[in-house]
Amino acid sequence: MPASLCVVSDSAPTAAPVRHSVNEVDCRVKAHEWVNGQYRLLTLSAPCSVLDCQPGQFFHLLCPQTDRFHPYLRRPMSIYSCNREKGELTFLYKVAGEGTGALAGLETGDVLNIVGPLGQGFEIRPEWRRPLLIARGVGLATLAPLAQECARLRLPLTAICSARAPDLLMSTNLFRSFGAEVITVTDTEGNSDTESLTPLIEGLIRSRGIDAFFTCGSARLMRMLQEIGARHGIGGQVALEQHMACGIGMCQACVRPFRREDGAVNLRVCREGPVFDLQEVL
Amino acid sequence: MADLTTRIGALVLKNPIMPASGTFSEELAEVFDLDCLGAHVTKTITQGKRAGNPVPRVCEVNGAMLNSIGIPSKGAEWFLQNTVPFYADYDAPLVISISANSADEFARFAEEVSVPGVAAIEVNISCPNVEDHGKAFAMRPGPTGDVIRKMRSATDLPLWAKLSPNTGEVVEVAQAAEAAGADALVTANTMLAMAIDSATGRARLGNVMGGLSGPALKPITLRMTYQCARAVSIPVIGCGGISTVDDVLEYLIAGARAVQVGTATFISPTTMPRLIGELEQELEERGLTSVDALIGSVDIADEAITLAEYA
Repeated sequence: MPASLCVVSDSAPTAAPVRHSVNEVDCRVKAHEWVNGQYRLLTLSAPCSVLDCQPGQFFHLLCPQTDRFHPYLRRPMSIYSCNREKGELTFLYKVAGEGTGALAGLETGDVLNIVGPLGQGFEIRPEWRRPLLIARGVGLATLAPLAQECARLRLPLTAICSARAPDLLMSTNLFRSFGAEVITVTDTEGNSDTESLTPLIEGLIRSRGIDAFFTCGSARLMRMLQEIGARHGIGGQVALEQHMACGIGMCQACVRPFRREDGAVNLRVCREGPVFDLQEVL
Repeated sequence: MADLTTRIGALVLKNPIMPASGTFSEELAEVFDLDCLGAHVTKTITQGKRAGNPVPRVCEVNGAMLNSIGIPSKGAEWFLQNTVPFYADYDAPLVISISANSADEFARFAEEVSVPGVAAIEVNISCPNVEDHGKAFAMRPGPTGDVIRKMRSATDLPLWAKLSPNTGEVVEVAQAAEAAGADALVTANTMLAMAIDSATGRARLGNVMGGLSGPALKPITLRMTYQCARAVSIPVIGCGGISTVDDVLEYLIAGARAVQVGTATFISPTTMPRLIGELEQELEERGLTSVDALIGSVDIADEAITLAEYA
């Protein structure tokens, strides 16, 4: 089995995504804590064979069987952070259903089997110099490694973080630590709807010269960005979710329709995605 | 070292572990060396392009999965130009799974895909969601015999008939496939099933009904393997719910000459190489020198055989 080399890639970050080998490994839980009332942060000790990750890629987790939860299929989860020096992989997730319910029962020292890294991550094109990240809910976790990559590329960054309520806003300090200008919007404050966000974003385009959108976590926000992007000629990318079975590209379960030159085509979210061109999503 | 080789008609497989159609593709080469497998079995292809079914295409139930993928296919031309050459780099024989809407279409398609590099054709006459409200050729002996007979005259490649658990005539269908010229049987495909979300009242698959696979299916397909191995003289390949080496042993003991591993690869993509290693170890621990020593060795009292035949 070919193993990924555990070295920091020195290739240009704007190059086409590299296809990494996929590994199935057992990881020890290093820490597992509540971030707020709904979200948990899971830290794994991971071997270097799985730590050559791109922002936007995901792992397929074999959630444990518990007294209450009996997930059968694996659960895809985007990477919250990946640290080769520390041998650490973290996931930020919302405890919502059978799989995440089971996952939430893991304790420090327990073992979790993971497969990955999987999928195509974000691509920051050379012409994109002033990105805007817009995420809602768990989408904030997916965009965190991208914010870090923007910081590494010294790209000035603006992030709009959306949540149902202020206490559910996550990662704002993390985004700030990457040098991002952070704007928070919430349902309870009444400024997270598209009617409020559209003028806010169009203002940022004028004032900050925003030239790329990156988003995750809300179909409503994605549609809004497609419209704004089409109007202003601004491209971007979106990380999508879909029910998966294999996570590797074999089963064809996780397809969605996309707009390509020769019309609508079904693409696999696990394989051709989970990151797609914003305007291609139908 | 125990001899893991097994013979499926004219084909010699280096071990009895191969993937089940639909749960295997080129992408798995990123996880392990595909040459460790006894054979490669492709996802079912159709002659023309097919989009497949609406999502959700899969859902999980206790200890099993339901799927209604709908055989999305890029068509024969794409397959012959891209998929067949990919597998040419491997020694493991390539078995391609095909489906069609009629016996004549099956025959024409079999001829088209009988190209160098293809070692055998698996005939998917059992996919439950192809047409006609889930009815399939493999539900009855007549249509099964028709398909195999027409294909037999269209190609010289070995034909593996993949049977369906969605029939009350398992033995009759198996014998019809054998009589029509099948070289092996695969027992079996998924079982037609359904799941509903009790909270919303919604069917959990976009296509409403779909095929059940995974450990929950095993007792049914193991029984079919046993029935077919007793009723025909061509090799039977067991398939259904295999995830452990004990599952492999059970199928071999029931009479299978090889097995296919499907859904377990979704749960653990390294299942097949692990099973090959564990099977070898198991044979050695039992003091057996070959897989052959296990095949069809099920210990059944005479009285029980009589009862089984009346079941």
